[in-house]
Amino acid sequence: MNSFFERKFVIQGIFIAIALVIVARLFYLQIIDDSFLLSANNNVLRKVIVYPARGIILDRNSKVIVQNEPVYDLLVTPREVKDIDTALLCQLINIDMEGFKNRMAKARAHSPYRASQFEKLISSETYARLQEHLHKFRGFYVQNRTVRSYPDSIAAQFLGYIQEVNDRDIERSNGFYKPGDYIGASGVERSYEELLRGKRGLKNLMVDALNRPKGVFMEGKYDTLAVSGDGLVSSLDIELQILAEQLMKNKLGSVVAIEPSTGEILTFVSSPSYDPNLMVGKDRGNNYMDMLNDPTKPMFIRPIQASYPPGSVFKVVAALTAQQAGVIDQHTIFNCPGGYRYGRNAIMRCTHVDGPTNLVKSIQMSCNTYYGYVYAKMIDSRGLSGPKAYDLWREALLKFGLGHRLGIDLPGEKGGSVPESSFYTKGYGNEKWRSSYNISLSIGQGELGITPLQMANVMAIVANRGFYYRPHLIKGIGEKKIVKEEFTEKISAGVDAKYYEPVIEGMSRAVNMGGTAASVRIPGIEMCGKTGTVQNPHGQNHAVFFAFAPRENPKIAIAVFVENAGYGGTWAGPIASMLVEKYLNDTITLPKYIQDRIYNANLLPKVEKKASAIKKNPTTIKKDTVKTPRQIAQTADKKELLVHHSQVRRTHE
Amino acid sequence: MNKLQNNSFLGRIDWITIGLWFLLCLIGWFNIHAAVFDPEHPGLFNLDTNYGKQSIFIFTAVIIGFCILIIDSRFFISTTPILYIAVILLLVAVLVIGRNVGGNQAWIPIGSFRLQPSEFGKLVTCLLLAYYLNTQSNKTPNKKTLLIGTCIVLFPVGLVMLQPDTGSALAFFSLVFVFYREGFLSNLFLILGALAILLFVLALLINQWILIGVIVVLSLFFILLFRKRRKNIINIGLLFVASSIYILGVDFAYEQILQPHQRNRIDIILGKMHDPRGQGYNLNQSKIAIGSGQLFGKGYLQGTQTKYNFVPEQSTDFIFCTVGEEWGFAGSVFLICIYLTLLLRIVNIAERQRTTFARIYAYGVASILFFHFFINIGMTIGIVPVIGIPLPFISYGGSSLWSFTILLFILLRFDSTRKGLGQI
Repeated sequence: MNSFFERKFVIQGIFIAIALVIVARLFYLQIIDDSFLLSANNNVLRKVIVYPARGIILDRNSKVIVQNEPVYDLLVTPREVKDIDTALLCQLINIDMEGFKNRMAKARAHSPYRASQFEKLISSETYARLQEHLHKFRGFYVQNRTVRSYPDSIAAQFLGYIQEVNDRDIERSNGFYKPGDYIGASGVERSYEELLRGKRGLKNLMVDALNRPKGVFMEGKYDTLAVSGDGLVSSLDIELQILAEQLMKNKLGSVVAIEPSTGEILTFVSSPSYDPNLMVGKDRGNNYMDMLNDPTKPMFIRPIQASYPPGSVFKVVAALTAQQAGVIDQHTIFNCPGGYRYGRNAIMRCTHVDGPTNLVKSIQMSCNTYYGYVYAKMIDSRGLSGPKAYDLWREALLKFGLGHRLGIDLPGEKGGSVPESSFYTKGYGNEKWRSSYNISLSIGQGELGITPLQMANVMAIVANRGFYYRPHLIKGIGEKKIVKEEFTEKISAGVDAKYYEPVIEGMSRAVNMGGTAASVRIPGIEMCGKTGTVQNPHGQNHAVFFAFAPRENPKIAIAVFVENAGYGGTWAGPIASMLVEKYLNDTITLPKYIQDRIYNANLLPKVEKKASAIKKNPTTIKKDTVKTPRQIAQTADKKELLVHHSQVRRTHE
Repeated sequence: MNKLQNNSFLGRIDWITIGLWFLLCLIGWFNIHAAVFDPEHPGLFNLDTNYGKQSIFIFTAVIIGFCILIIDSRFFISTTPILYIAVILLLVAVLVIGRNVGGNQAWIPIGSFRLQPSEFGKLVTCLLLAYYLNTQSNKTPNKKTLLIGTCIVLFPVGLVMLQPDTGSALAFFSLVFVFYREGFLSNLFLILGALAILLFVLALLINQWILIGVIVVLSLFFILLFRKRRKNIINIGLLFVASSIYILGVDFAYEQILQPHQRNRIDIILGKMHDPRGQGYNLNQSKIAIGSGQLFGKGYLQGTQTKYNFVPEQSTDFIFCTVGEEWGFAGSVFLICIYLTLLLRIVNIAERQRTTFARIYAYGVASILFFHFFINIGMTIGIVPVIGIPLPFISYGGSSLWSFTILLFILLRFDSTRKGLGQI
């Protein structure tokens, strides 16, 4: 003990004070400030998205239409890249030095420490070559994902395609999509996107200070599994589809076949089509641009987007609605002197003289005169003003699925056109118009527009004798094969079943007795159908054939459009006939030479014409053919109205 | 019985201190294990790893401790000058034949181990200081004794600075507590010392001229307050002049004497520089490790910062990160309590010694341990600049563990003889 003993307390006091300072600091770091835990997790955690497999799509017989194929993305973490053989890497993934530098700069701009995409969608073959050398490229690694693959390269417009999400998609999805995700951009891929896409999983991986993977965080406690997208069962019959696409090769047009009893679409062809595999992979961008610039518009979904004047099929609808309205019955006879006189000097010509014509014969012969009378009765003889009678009639037309979208499960469907009476009232300047003002409507010309899908649907209604189901392409969703409720609803066309028989009889005779369609007749099957020709002021008329078969318990209703093909019986008829026979009997009995003629025909517009013809065809066709009501009215009294319809070329046969 | 035990050899040993010492060694071992733990190769006990080697070091340290306890304490006193000279020679030798690790020529390779003479420098400096001051204990403290004592300390400091190992060199300055306790330095000195540190920090943070301006105002205020006595006015005036020169000197020293990396470390701790990926990486990761431990820590071997090598030097200088991350606030406070208990205990032991030698030596031990404790933990939590010195008994390393063990056990040996032998 000495005189400075008490300094012991000073020294101990300093020790305690410092210890308290340390404790206080620790209290701040460990208890008050939470950010460090976050930082520690950021250090060690790498959230890896596990992409779900997109739902596959099968045909009605469980054959694969779309499946998934593995591809690989090459990722790079710029900070880790050291002493690599750049030339070798460039050669392996087939890029040049410039491309390498650009990609590196982009990745570095994204983050020097985080992995970013260096090259996307590397094929399995390229990956196999790359993999051998991958260890030489520090900082590069590969992430696999899947892309769509189409084994039969068919049904492109039905399937649609997927593409990387854009900013708008991301915004609209409320953050569901992240940059680099894929989204259905058209077709079924788009309309069933939410079912097909599945649910992303998230894996929390740990890395060490050198960014080397170190296993799963917290034994996967916070991981979520990827849930594969629902599979879809399409109503398409893949074999029928392949056949239809082959038949439609080098032709512009559509084929739509519907199973009447369900509304399931068996065949959905828009021609020209494209190989859906072109919309996948690295060259997608170029292929897409090529197609956009293709004058034949392969991206245009003709069955639901092209609108044509209905032509002959409209007589079927007119006959049915007129019976239901009571203005005619099956025994009603009109005399056909070779045309319908609707004004003093105005005649709507029939190309032949049918004489006294009853309902069955009118359908069989596609008599214009008959339907001129029918239309006149509908509009003029119901004790109503023209516009009122017209609207009543229009209502009946709408029930046949005309003039509005049918609600198919594809985006971009158009509704065709059946103008309201106000359209004419406005055009004529007053309400005192009669059937003679727009008589061309009687035979499906004029302002009417119909899509191939609507036409096939009219056939389905006739086949069903009075009702239809909304045509659809997906008949089952997920493992339980759920059918959307809207597709099980039976929709009435508003005409009683008994009125269908004469019409069906007429259609049956047109095919089996008329002699006009020898190449259309199918041995052993009573097909009911009609040829039609849609006038096209820009060139060759469009060939149409619509039918259903067999007459009793119909299994298939079909509409075939071949643009610029001239007479319907030459092209559209045989195509429809072959498809129906193939579907019902799984054979084709049509003589080989006719088949070959069709397979080999090239009905694409001539190249020098393409600029104008293609552009206007067929989207703008309606606009050009449709005269304003005033124009029609002006010409109505002056001279005969020349109407081109299915019978125009009959004599040429 | 009690009396008998007290008089026996074992009974005279301070078992509490030994218990604390062993506890610290164990905590150290576990945390070194955690720090080098590789989850992919958990493996069994492996002598090639750091924790395997540390087991050997601890085992050897126990033997060394035992040997020290059975050696006559007078041996240490009589050999002190020789030991001092021997270590000084080693410190010279390391400059010639030493191995350069991380820019410091501080290690002499002996077989597979490396000896770090500077660790033993602290021990012998303590001993010689005690030895010398003991010889002067009959006189009242005077300037000459203080000067010679200071020289005893500064001589090894100079050699260590040549390595250059600034951290180890700084540790010698902790012996200032010894001079203070023995009356060579006044309370005023402590206050001035604290003031000097404060001014140092302020000078770096604030523009020097503004700082001097503030001091002018303060000085005038105090002069006004104490103007009755002329002496006060002169003192305050002198203090002002000294402060001003000091402030200007700080800036000069900071720019001219400190090396760039030292400047950076100071800048980072003062918040003048933010560079978590470069200069501040160690500190930032260290704070993340400790901070992420939160109240109870992530659990043994569960620290991701530790396990995946985000913190550099984590088994040596940054071992406290592992404690903070895996044992949390609770574990960290527990460790601090053990240290504090040990330090306070050593001071108490110091005061119960009958010999001046033992007391001075004990204060030396306390000072050095305290310095390491404060600076090491302080740097990991960002209250002092990063200075590379180990945490006694915890950090990995044979030299460090042995030298601290010897340091402590020699004290225990002196303590055990305080009753039986009386005056030496």
